[in-house]
Amino acid sequence: MLTKRIIPCLDIKDGRTVKGINFINLRDAGDPVELAEVYSESGADELVFLDISATEENRKTLADLVLRVAARIRIPFTVGGGISSVEDVDLLLKNGADKVSINSSAVKRPELINELSGRFGNQCIVVAIDAKKIDGNWKVHLIGGKVPTEVDLFEWAVEVERRGAGEIMFTSMDHDGTKNGFANEALAKLSELVNIPIIASGGAGIDQHFADTFIDGKADAALAASVFHFKEIDITELKQNLKEQGIPVRL
Amino acid sequence: MKIVQIDYGAGNVKNIQFAFERFGFSPILSSDPDEIMGADKVIFPGVGEASSAMKKLRHSGLDRVIPNLTQPVLGICLGMQLLCDISEENNTRGLAIFNQQVKRFSNAVKVPQIGWNSIHELRSHLFDGVRENEFMYLLHSYYVPLCEETIAVSDYEIPYSAAIQKNNFYGVQFHPEKSSVAGELILKNFLAL
Repeated sequence: MLTKRIIPCLDIKDGRTVKGINFINLRDAGDPVELAEVYSESGADELVFLDISATEENRKTLADLVLRVAARIRIPFTVGGGISSVEDVDLLLKNGADKVSINSSAVKRPELINELSGRFGNQCIVVAIDAKKIDGNWKVHLIGGKVPTEVDLFEWAVEVERRGAGEIMFTSMDHDGTKNGFANEALAKLSELVNIPIIASGGAGIDQHFADTFIDGKADAALAASVFHFKEIDITELKQNLKEQGIPVRL
Repeated sequence: MKIVQIDYGAGNVKNIQFAFERFGFSPILSSDPDEIMGADKVIFPGVGEASSAMKKLRHSGLDRVIPNLTQPVLGICLGMQLLCDISEENNTRGLAIFNQQVKRFSNAVKVPQIGWNSIHELRSHLFDGVRENEFMYLLHSYYVPLCEETIAVSDYEIPYSAAIQKNNFYGVQFHPEKSSVAGELILKNFLAL
């Protein structure tokens, strides 16, 4: 049986791990390669590296980091942050990334999704969507959630699937950093609208939030950062807890 | 031991390279027929879309080299699918070592299948020391149906071939190079065949 995935997210700036609280005020949480190896050996199903500096001069630093991570860890990982071209993706995949995630660049130029999935296969193209509820409607936001757009979350999700995305990573800006649980209502609606896996992101605080997002939110995977980095949640204990609730996990 | 990974411009070759290096082996990446034919073990990787991968194999003439190999060959993911007759992915003719049709999962399930799924009914030395229902990492939209050559089963919508074997040709749908300790054991077992 296919299991639900638990995915720690490592925010990277200048080759170091950081975690933004509501995407602002960064805190240091260690060396990315070491942290990746610890997670790889302690029950994480996958890892996400998100380069939040994502400037031109940091492209090479990120590509080098991917190479170092790939050499050490034995589980799959996704890399995102500032990816905007076929060349960017080619280098990251060549260096050992299993998947790449694109976000703002896809909203600005949706054809990018077609180009990437056509060239590399849809299985390695994750489209990350940051959204926030404004006047009752979920609107897509850009640049790490800072810039609002008029794009509707659900219409955009359907479009990215049609253009060849293999997976959607949905972050609710309203839930991110609150530790009050994931945006399960919107997540469940996404799962009904599209037929590709959905990664829930934003809002994890306690074990039960994960169970809720897998059951109520129908999510295929759940991503979190600080609760794992600061050891507020132990992944093995979390998975045991989920298993007791009848949720399929890899243990 | 000389291990050659077939280089035809398709596949996550770096990860397979790293996986072997973690336990002390260094596969050679090569597209040279003589080098491939002279190897003790051959890895046939594959990530991406079937028809463009076959086009690359035909362009380099490797489509005629691979079926004639006599040493153990391990096709991984798309590599396994290309060892079959034909794939529903853009109606692609494969290398026809396995007389099987590669099919797409229906929309009754989310496609692609992404994540860790259990494998069972293990019947090959490839799985020596691997427990029944061990988890492997999979990332695919197409699958090889159950057949005579099935040596491991997984379930997604329906039971399908997680691994197949015919003579010296082995195929695994999962990614052993990304499947933690058990995946590494399968790669070690392959070298011991």
